Amino acid sequence: MKLLTGNDLPSGDVVWWTGQGWSRHVEDAVDVGDQGEAILRAEEGARRVNVPYVIDATLTPEGPRPAHIKDRIRALGPTVRPDLTLKPADPNAGSWVI
Amino acid sequence: MYKYDTYDQQMVDNRVEEFRDQVKRRLAGQITEDQFKPLRLMNGLYLQLHAYMLRVAIPYGTLDSRQMRMLAHIARKYDRDYGHFTTRQNIQFNWIKLEDTPDILAELATVEMHAIQTSGNCIRNISADQYAGAAADEVADPRIWAELLRQWSSFHPEFTYLPRKFKICVIGADEDRAAMRLHDIGIQMVMRDGVLGGRIHVGGGMGRTPMIAPEIRDFVPADDLLSYLEACLRVYNRYGRRDNIYKARIKILVHEIGADEYRRQVEEEFIAVKALGLDPPQAEFERITQMFADPAFVADDGTAVDRSDPDFALWLDQNVKPHKQPGYAIVNISLKPQGGIPGDATSAQIDLMADLGERYSFDELRVTHAQNIVLPHVRQADLYTVWQQLDAAGLAPANLDLISDIIACPGLDYCSLANARSIPLAQKITERFADPARQRDIGELKLKISGCINACGHHHAGHIGILGVDKKGTENFQLSLGGSGAEDVSLGKITGPGFDEDGVVDAVERVTETYLGLREEGERFLDTYRRVGMAPFKEAIYG
Repeated sequence: MKLLTGNDLPSGDVVWWTGQGWSRHVEDAVDVGDQGEAILRAEEGARRVNVPYVIDATLTPEGPRPAHIKDRIRALGPTVRPDLTLKPADPNAGSWVI
Repeated sequence: MYKYDTYDQQMVDNRVEEFRDQVKRRLAGQITEDQFKPLRLMNGLYLQLHAYMLRVAIPYGTLDSRQMRMLAHIARKYDRDYGHFTTRQNIQFNWIKLEDTPDILAELATVEMHAIQTSGNCIRNISADQYAGAAADEVADPRIWAELLRQWSSFHPEFTYLPRKFKICVIGADEDRAAMRLHDIGIQMVMRDGVLGGRIHVGGGMGRTPMIAPEIRDFVPADDLLSYLEACLRVYNRYGRRDNIYKARIKILVHEIGADEYRRQVEEEFIAVKALGLDPPQAEFERITQMFADPAFVADDGTAVDRSDPDFALWLDQNVKPHKQPGYAIVNISLKPQGGIPGDATSAQIDLMADLGERYSFDELRVTHAQNIVLPHVRQADLYTVWQQLDAAGLAPANLDLISDIIACPGLDYCSLANARSIPLAQKITERFADPARQRDIGELKLKISGCINACGHHHAGHIGILGVDKKGTENFQLSLGGSGAEDVSLGKITGPGFDEDGVVDAVERVTETYLGLREEGERFLDTYRRVGMAPFKEAIYG
């Protein structure tokens, strides 16, 4: 599957295209198929996202998982600071990242 | 300490307001990211993996307690309560919001700080020996010349769009504590026949094509220094390659045309530049020199330091260095706790270091390229008190220059350029070598880790260097041996095929065990490696 990701313009937070808008949680991301580039141009033009790009991913029972390690780390947060990730209270939250 | 004059303050204040307007226009959609990116980079604002990152310049790594507290304040108010001290003697904040950046820069400007020229193809923050003004072996205080270069290079109109970024380092002693010859220009201040001047090296650097800077002039009188550097930069600006980013650094130019031809062109240009009257008048030299006058040292009362606390004694032996002034010492605060993140400090720790600097070090602190902090002028009588407070805050690892004093770039945990994670590897190595007695037995061993070929972690200069690469989507680590950033400068050589994360930790251990088995009396790891060569280490790793 293909996901669309980028950064929120004012905050810089990592965001994922949900089909309706942008979420900070990769679990909300949807397969953009071959529409990624078109969505990307429209959303970037409307300043709803910064530096968007399309990535490869796999759909798992827990949700979409980016194929490349860099995007998996982007999806959760730094592997060395669990307290700074999106799920600081869950010690196993990063088990799929590495 | 440097002091802004009215020009400095006005320039920085104007830049803050200019950037405030640029951010406003970006958020309003009046400029695109392509248009905005070079503007934010000129103000030290990057977009990294998780957020914007702001790199703040710390001129030649020198700052006072007021500035240090401001860094803590920014970490607390605008970031996530910590900062990361870098191998360029700067600090980075990893979780900055674009909309907050103008206010952050405005706050920095109130304490004579900024983020200008911490990115882009310009002359970056000048780096220097962290023991400047304190070292017992110092010939001349490099801060005076680094400050002169700061003023010269700030907003230098001719050098704002160089072929590539440009890094200058100044030292004032024979011992090189700042990796001087691995900079685009490395200057060693020396005395010759009673005249002060600079030994000039041009064309060093790390990155994908590491090179040791050759000597271009063995002595440039101090009165000519600025003109000579202007000539060095002019030749580079004219002939440096702009067609290929990977060949655009000055080291490639010097290598391609040869040091002799580069020198010839610089000397020719120097004659023209010198006639322009660029070098400052004596009064300006004296004004700058006064900024770095010795503090009011008190006479040594001859009392010996009480070493009865064994933990304090270990720290004293490892982290405290001789001072030029009897009765004083240089204190190195290690930001490398076991299992910690090299170079990171919480806002509370930054505040504490500011307090200690103010109270016990004449209000001065330094950031080192090894990602540690220095209190340059501490009375020996105060050492135990300082150590107790550092220890209580987790700031007293007694490991300076030992295997756990690791330089590591932010790596793939933070950096958008990285291919592999550096920090977890550093953490695993410090866990593997957790026993302090084992570390001391191994002795001086500088281990440096980079998460990509850009070499921000200085792996080429590591006695043991580790480079993280992307191997078909997984992290892989190349090991190199024999590098040095010191006066015995050398570039490390790759041992052979790479390893996974656990594998490279094992390999590091085998290298150290091999060294312990081969070393002769008084040899450091680097000495043994240079004597016996790569073969026994390779055999131990791969055999």
